[in-house]
Amino acid sequence: MEENKEEKSRIKIILKWLKDNLFYNPLSSFITILIIYGIINILIPSYQWLFVDSLLNGDAEACRKVEGACLAFLKEKTRYILLGMYPQDEHWRPVLNVFIYLALLVFSRDRSRWGKKLLGLWFFFGVFSFFLMRGGIFGLEFVETDKWSGLPLTLMLATVAITVSYPLGILLALGRRSKMGVVRLLSIGYIELIRGVPLISILFMSSVMFPLFLPKGIVINKLLRAQVAIIMFISAYMAEVIRGGLQAIPNGQYEASDSLGLNYFQKMRLVILPQALKIVIPPTVNTSISMFKDTSLVMIIALQDMMYTAKGAMSDPHWLGFSVEAYIFMAVLYFCFCFSLGKYSRRLEKELDTGLA
Amino acid sequence: MKIVLNLETVNMEQDLINSKTLRIAAIVGSFVCSSAFSGTIDDIKKKGYIQCGVSGQVPGFSSPDSKGVMKGLDADTCRAVAAAVLGDSKKVKFTQLSAQQRFTALQSGEIDILARNTTHTLSRDTALGLNFAPITFYDGQGFMVRKKDGIKSGKELDGAAVCVQQGTTTERNISDYFRKNGMKMKAVIFESRDETLKAYLSKRCDVYTTDASGLASERTKLKDPQNHVILPERISKEPLGPAVRHGDDQWFDAVKFTIYALFAAEEMGITAANIDSDAIQKSTDPNVQKLIGNTVGNGKSLGLTLKEGKKEVSNEKWAYNAIKQVGNYAEIYERNVGPNTPLRLDRGLNALYTNGGLMYAPPIK
Repeated sequence: MEENKEEKSRIKIILKWLKDNLFYNPLSSFITILIIYGIINILIPSYQWLFVDSLLNGDAEACRKVEGACLAFLKEKTRYILLGMYPQDEHWRPVLNVFIYLALLVFSRDRSRWGKKLLGLWFFFGVFSFFLMRGGIFGLEFVETDKWSGLPLTLMLATVAITVSYPLGILLALGRRSKMGVVRLLSIGYIELIRGVPLISILFMSSVMFPLFLPKGIVINKLLRAQVAIIMFISAYMAEVIRGGLQAIPNGQYEASDSLGLNYFQKMRLVILPQALKIVIPPTVNTSISMFKDTSLVMIIALQDMMYTAKGAMSDPHWLGFSVEAYIFMAVLYFCFCFSLGKYSRRLEKELDTGLA
Repeated sequence: MKIVLNLETVNMEQDLINSKTLRIAAIVGSFVCSSAFSGTIDDIKKKGYIQCGVSGQVPGFSSPDSKGVMKGLDADTCRAVAAAVLGDSKKVKFTQLSAQQRFTALQSGEIDILARNTTHTLSRDTALGLNFAPITFYDGQGFMVRKKDGIKSGKELDGAAVCVQQGTTTERNISDYFRKNGMKMKAVIFESRDETLKAYLSKRCDVYTTDASGLASERTKLKDPQNHVILPERISKEPLGPAVRHGDDQWFDAVKFTIYALFAAEEMGITAANIDSDAIQKSTDPNVQKLIGNTVGNGKSLGLTLKEGKKEVSNEKWAYNAIKQVGNYAEIYERNVGPNTPLRLDRGLNALYTNGGLMYAPPIK
């Protein structure tokens, strides 16, 4: 009897929740049903496609016969998509690199570990990973940058671009608000010029036009050219993001630090920037995420980032016609990275909450 | 994203090349670079490899296999040149280039040879400062139809609905062809290759048209490739061949005759497998003896040398090495695009002239 009653009341609670949240009035009931219908129509076929009708073992011939996903294609090509043209015998090098990179990221998550030591660690890692990839010392086989490809390249392009452009962006933002006319004009000119053209055109300039202006015999590394182009592009955006933060700091803060007798650099470093940079965490991460995805544009200048190697995998004559699988795989990879970046930024925001804003 | 992906499609390449900026860039480039690169062969010998520009995304011509090894007709052409000039087909490094980059890469000296299924045209030969080696693949726009429709020739396509990709020269070629033959057609136009193929599959049109090599690679994506045929007509000219820079005739000759040697080897029945056999080595045909270098002279005329011990001796085995290590033209064709590969392309125009094709090598003597 008692149990029955409890059960009944539980059912009642559930029904009430349903009514309040999903079937409050005819319109909300209608929308609920529509959404349920939509979910069923998307989820079940996707499940069917990915798990039931898919094929994990076999060749392309067998894959074309099945209705579902050709997981065999991914099985065959994942290694190429992730590591690309990097010599197969040396694959442990980029793999090790990516693992150390991810481990360092996880390690740096905790704010209590931030400091000069961590910065030093990252710097050391940068140098280390460069030589690990490049080889030519410690008996490692030399691998030219042409062969750096896939996931390590994407991560490298994005990480270097974001880390280098951040301080550049701060300088540009300060420059734009500077009282010195020349500095201000130069900063404004740079930011507006770069923001006024699409990334593709800057990449084209760096890869197609730039080599023609160099004296004969001098070839500047293609990867370096693209990396510089990306840094130039993103620092203009970073500058504007940071300028937004600077403008949000009330005048009182500037005046207070002036009255303390701080000079310009002390004022900025100790008072203004720590507050301003905190406020702009969300847009900074926003820019970083979009930058991470924009690195896929280097595909058009044939730098072999993940997107490029995926396209290469799709054009193997023995495995033609599995572009859907490859693109979905790419989407999942990009999503994982971008989502964790966004998630981390929300955590930082909470931890650094200044109450200002 | 879509726009970026479409940039890669073969036909848009031509439109992009025509864009003014690129042309100006190219002209500037050819001024800067002309005559600056005479000793290409010396440079190649010094660095020990040939830098070969390929696409890396064209099935059958150049695309990486699962191990990251470049495969395809264009890739093998470079390997043959490496075997001829350096004695080792492995001494080649591939640079993957987009359609827009390829000419700059050649002009600026980033690559030594461009084998990126590039159509030979007058403007490229002149304004872009390229020298085209012999054509290694005669491509052209073709038609694919369903086998059960029983169509045998493009002339029977009156009234057909044709699936074609938007804004490409393909679209213009097809309407020209139908008008010229007094036939009616209904063009069904799509933005991307995949969409076009899908429409053809869902029977929104009877004919799918693009370059024949493209048709072949699209066909492999189908569940039932054997039920679709590519008609013999080629309604546009797309002669594809490797190119080198203006201004270095010796290098140009070396590339040119390496390719001719591959044609000649097929004509003489010399293959990678039988080149060491007595039938070939002891052949009484003076042309065979010349080609494989038993009768010396060709290597010297081409100015090719190889290091033997400490001395540079003239490289008479250039053609032998190319054939031995890469195979003759037929072998290269069969390996990459021929009837036994997924692309299943018949020789057609690419057969030897003795078999009704266009492949013809001048006497190699």
